Amino acid sequence: MIREISIDEITKVMRDLCIDANYNLGEDVLSALDQAIEEEESPEAREVLKELIENATIARQEKVAICQDCGLAVVFLEIGQDLHFTGGDLKEAINEGVRRGYDEGYLRKSSCHPITRKNTDDNTPAIIHVQIVPGDKMKIIFAPKGGGAENMSRVTMLTPAAGIEGVKDFVVNRIKESGSNPCPPTIVGIGIGGTFERSAILAKKAILREMGERNPDPELANIEQDILKRINKLGIGPMGYGGTTTSLEVFLEMEPCHIASLPLAVNVQCHAARHKEAVI
Amino acid sequence: MSRQIRLKTPLSTEDVENLNIGDKVLLSGVLFTARDAAHKRLFELIREGKELPFELKGQVIYYVGPTPAKPGKPIGSAGPTTSYRMDPYAPKLIELGLKGMIGKGNRSNEVINAMKERKAVYFGATGGAGALLAKRIKKADIVAYPDLGPEAIRRLEVEDFPVMVINDTKGNDLYQQGIERYAKE
Repeated sequence: MIREISIDEITKVMRDLCIDANYNLGEDVLSALDQAIEEEESPEAREVLKELIENATIARQEKVAICQDCGLAVVFLEIGQDLHFTGGDLKEAINEGVRRGYDEGYLRKSSCHPITRKNTDDNTPAIIHVQIVPGDKMKIIFAPKGGGAENMSRVTMLTPAAGIEGVKDFVVNRIKESGSNPCPPTIVGIGIGGTFERSAILAKKAILREMGERNPDPELANIEQDILKRINKLGIGPMGYGGTTTSLEVFLEMEPCHIASLPLAVNVQCHAARHKEAVI
Repeated sequence: MSRQIRLKTPLSTEDVENLNIGDKVLLSGVLFTARDAAHKRLFELIREGKELPFELKGQVIYYVGPTPAKPGKPIGSAGPTTSYRMDPYAPKLIELGLKGMIGKGNRSNEVINAMKERKAVYFGATGGAGALLAKRIKKADIVAYPDLGPEAIRRLEVEDFPVMVINDTKGNDLYQQGIERYAKE
């Protein structure tokens, strides 16, 4: 049986997701910040962490953006193969939702021409990743991505000989070199394997995880914990003022790769780790 | 230990010389906003020997691109953007009398040296706390480049705007010191 969805409905859901994600920081992130206050050694750093919680509370109560950088509109679509979209173009429906959400939600439009820097004025085009899945439902995940942390992200093609130690060293070094720039405490998404572009998408998908959710593979979960420990020994701390909370989480995703390659991507996410989803 | 200091802009050389890294400063008075695109335009004016849209002497530039203001509010969320992108422009602006910059993230050695030689400071505001910081901004008017939207130059009137001294006039760097204090290896 084919189920039909009107693209107008998708636009409406998309609009609401843009506003919800930018106003309401996830409870899981707030809990992680609370937990970090307990564990942080630096008194100044604890003050910063409290400010971040206060900021999120103000944003939620006053219905304003958590951060002025409301990000590029990154959208993950999981589309059931038994779905049929009616009434127009799916991609345009997503973009129209972004347009309305950013306009009606008083969100900053940050999308511009790469060379002339002219703003597109409506935060489109959205960055859309599509996956076809079984069933007749559609999941929309919206994850606005700010520029400061995205600029600190990297993709590299390691040699297979580098192995897991090479992976760990590259990630820790990336966070060290990023210093105070990506608004620590950060969440670090790591993609290992696939191809050049696949590793980057894996890293981006990794940061969509709920805080505290480990990779189901115990070996990979251990690697996540190991890297997080090493990062938090760097001393960078919240806002880079010094401290023991440089990252809140390390999330790793892995897939097979070419026998000649070891692709590795590090996607850095600031503490304003915004993502919301809806199922239609 | 960190001190809390209240300062009114514009800042004098004496004001900034009294500041040390780690000092918490509450700024009141006027701040001018400028980020990537506005800096590019200011620099073109300087190169052509033309007048700038605001007098730099003693001023503080805040690296910010706010969200649109909701009805009845002076400004939307307004936290700092990452500063290193303004590093190529900052030494020249300091030379022309700029006394303070507010942003987040590390500055280049060239900027740190310019602050030491010409007596200016770099303040950090809490990145990602745009809703909180906006409450200290009482008025915002566009003074140049409205076509740049969030990147237009705005004149902000602030009260007790909370910042931290990251780089002082002696060449010290709070980020470096923080890492030295808390690094475990």
